[in-house]
Amino acid sequence: MSSLAVPQTEPVAGSTPGTAQGRPPLRRRIALIPTATLLLGSLYCLLPVAWVVIAATKSGRELFSTFTFLPGTGFAGNIRDLNAYRDGVYWQWMANSALYAGLGALLSTCVSAISGYALAVYRFRGRETLFNLLLAGVLMPPVILAVPQYLLLAKADLTDSYLSVLLPQILFPYGVYLARIYAAAAVPADVIEAGRMDGASEWRIFTRIALPMMVPGMVTVFLFQFVAIWNNFLLPYIMLSDDEKFPITLGLFTLLEQGANTPALYTLVITGALLAVFPLVALFLVIQRFWSLDLLSGAVKS
Amino acid sequence: MKSTARRRSYGAEGAPYAHPSPTTTLERARSAPYLFLLPAVLLFALFFALPIGYAVWLSFRKVKVSGLGLGSGARKEIWAGLENYTDALSDSELLHGTLRVLGYGCIVVPVMLGLALLFALMLDSEKVRLAPVTRLAIFLPYAIPGVVAALLWGFLYLPDVSPFYFVLDRLGMPQPDLLDGGPLFLALSNIAVWGGTGFNMIVIYTSLQAIPAEVYEAAKLDGATPLQIALRIKIPMVSPSLVLTFFFSIIATLQVFNEPTTLKPLTNSVSTTWSPLMKVHRDAFGEGDIYGAAAQAVIIAFATLLLSFGFLRAANRRQKQEAAR
Repeated sequence: MSSLAVPQTEPVAGSTPGTAQGRPPLRRRIALIPTATLLLGSLYCLLPVAWVVIAATKSGRELFSTFTFLPGTGFAGNIRDLNAYRDGVYWQWMANSALYAGLGALLSTCVSAISGYALAVYRFRGRETLFNLLLAGVLMPPVILAVPQYLLLAKADLTDSYLSVLLPQILFPYGVYLARIYAAAAVPADVIEAGRMDGASEWRIFTRIALPMMVPGMVTVFLFQFVAIWNNFLLPYIMLSDDEKFPITLGLFTLLEQGANTPALYTLVITGALLAVFPLVALFLVIQRFWSLDLLSGAVKS
Repeated sequence: MKSTARRRSYGAEGAPYAHPSPTTTLERARSAPYLFLLPAVLLFALFFALPIGYAVWLSFRKVKVSGLGLGSGARKEIWAGLENYTDALSDSELLHGTLRVLGYGCIVVPVMLGLALLFALMLDSEKVRLAPVTRLAIFLPYAIPGVVAALLWGFLYLPDVSPFYFVLDRLGMPQPDLLDGGPLFLALSNIAVWGGTGFNMIVIYTSLQAIPAEVYEAAKLDGATPLQIALRIKIPMVSPSLVLTFFFSIIATLQVFNEPTTLKPLTNSVSTTWSPLMKVHRDAFGEGDIYGAAAQAVIIAFATLLLSFGFLRAANRRQKQEAAR
């Protein structure tokens, strides 16, 4: 595979005993294996993305008649069709997703931060029980929760509303868990004690002293919740019937379902899928530098 | 008084939080954690505990229809005892769904974690080129919603638009139906592997980075090859992360719902009861049998909890044994 011809790794003089002993070819080959493996992995991960980018440029006729990885001529037309589809309901879905994910993640980060802080800093009766109960929420399959959640919200006359998708997603047990780990590592006990000595209230200590220290970790939590809500399909699938309130995942799914009978809709699904991927990828690139990946593995650098 | 000397860890281990402070602040601090946890507890009660309790309650109920089932009072909710449970446990559709998901999990979890570990080790190896770019590329699928991922792969599996079929056709090779029978399992597994590898790779890679460099230097002085270092040092040292990713992967696999549901419009081979959760959904909303669905939901939740706790206990015991050595 010529595309995998990576730059030859120049052994740094004296960096490895192997090169010093006069075995450069073997060493060089070994250094190529990781790079080649990673490139193959990237190829696999980018394949569907590359496909959707190209497929979105094809008109309905070209989609089924030209070679898959050959760009088409219908991109502008596809965008126009998507805009025109049911008076631009697609953009309504995008806006809904932004609302669910943005507001939902913000609220849930606040709840995670204050709960994680309380669980990390205070010693009180029932702390571990409470923490374990919250964590057990991670293990609950979403459908198990969603069915009775639907029935309960139906009793409160809240189904098929924005609230029915927003409210059940505010508490994220995993976010509370991460916030606890982060608060324990990032907020020194001395600082809290100093605040108390100065007569600050517990609330003030949290908002003015601890919270700013927790910001980097909370960015990670926000991103997690944002992705989780943006990608969620099941809850809106169960809760919503009015497609004006659909998030993008559900909107694309219904479009695909209809496409099974009207193949003309396939190009809309594909173009829509491409555009739906952009916001999250952009968010990742922007937020990447604020993002402490260490949190993922539960390890926090001090 | 040196302030660092008083610094204590009060993290997940639950070490004591004991600081000398005036009684008044202690009194105040006593109610603070409860107030701070109030929003979480309220949300937990409303959207976790109450629904679960309601599901359990429903699972013991059924509707009794008297006469033709018309008019008010003809349908009455009555106590069903364990009837819904015996029905669920003897339901062959639920059993088949469970077996399907177990088979699916046996493919997804080892392949996904194997690839994640492989990529993490490669990223961590010396002299690797293009590491930041490839890391981002492999992590990218995490940002793509499961529904969109299934949709993209679904099209890649469709004979009319797929590049695979094009290549097979040119090579004059047989063209299997990727959306039917055995290949369907692989097709669905592939979507999960594609979506999950990058995330797990990052988790493992992060803990690889935490290993101090001196450890490698010592091993190199002893003449260890990179492969030996990977097998004898790196993998054992990241085993806590491996346990964590394994645990979350199993939980996620058992809950598979989005991918088969999304592929359904593209093929007739994915039934509405392909996975246990799809069956719960179909029974509750398609058939309107919320009582039976609730019983199945409770059984699945119970099995998941049992499995998780069993797994966590086993993992804990192993860690203790290793620490004792």
